Amino acid sequence: MTLPLVAFGILSVVALVSAILVITRRNVVHSIIWLIVTLFAVGGIYLMQHAEFLFAVQVILYVGGIMVLFLFVVMLVQLDVVMRQPRFNRQWQLALVTVLLLVAQLGYVLYNRGHGLGLPARPVVPEPLRNTQAVGQMLYQNYMLPVEITSLLLLVAMIGAVIMAKKKFE
Amino acid sequence: MIPTEYYIFLGSGLFTIGVIGVLTRRNVLVILMSIELILNAVNINLVALSQYFRSVDGQVFAIFVIADAAAEAAIGLGLIIALFRNKETVNADEIDLLKW
Repeated sequence: MTLPLVAFGILSVVALVSAILVITRRNVVHSIIWLIVTLFAVGGIYLMQHAEFLFAVQVILYVGGIMVLFLFVVMLVQLDVVMRQPRFNRQWQLALVTVLLLVAQLGYVLYNRGHGLGLPARPVVPEPLRNTQAVGQMLYQNYMLPVEITSLLLLVAMIGAVIMAKKKFE
Repeated sequence: MIPTEYYIFLGSGLFTIGVIGVLTRRNVLVILMSIELILNAVNINLVALSQYFRSVDGQVFAIFVIADAAAEAAIGLGLIIALFRNKETVNADEIDLLKW
């Protein structure tokens, strides 16, 4: 047992357990807090793979932005009615059968008759030292047009959210 | 060095949990959170394979996925607010206006 393996085990157990808690808690605020724990664990996994920039994006954008948005909406939506209602819908047996099919598919693909993923050989080029620099150069050189399209998408989403959450919806 | 397969297994597990949440919960807010879990599972896979192939393309795609998650959360939460204002509910199985 090496130290990275122990760290990976702890982070993945935290991520999976808190993800299960997210979808089983009755109180939505508790779900949000467990989701934040999951997001931090996933961020730790990014950090283990030397994706430092993505870790920062995960913490700032996901935990600091999206989760705060979720919390605001939960405060706006009445919760005490939901607390007394059943958590799961009527077709949950059918949903579990579907999930079992999904697990079977995933297991079939990942096992692949004992070959595992069958990844091609790892290239021998050295790892780029400065992750943020590498990501920034890739974003603004090779992926210039997608960055612009993403900014347009965010603008459309912002206008759409404002229009839908307005008082008068006509 | 941790094998890349382990990261893929973790991503598959998170994806499955997210799918269970989307299919079984009644609360629309929890369904949106399950979608965030699914997107995080995809990001884990992208980053693991990006690290395996020693290129940062996968991490750039993960950033795009996070930006899309932000847009999706804003739109989805706006929809939930409009829905709650009109129907006084956040349960997915009570929103059946288009069902006959």
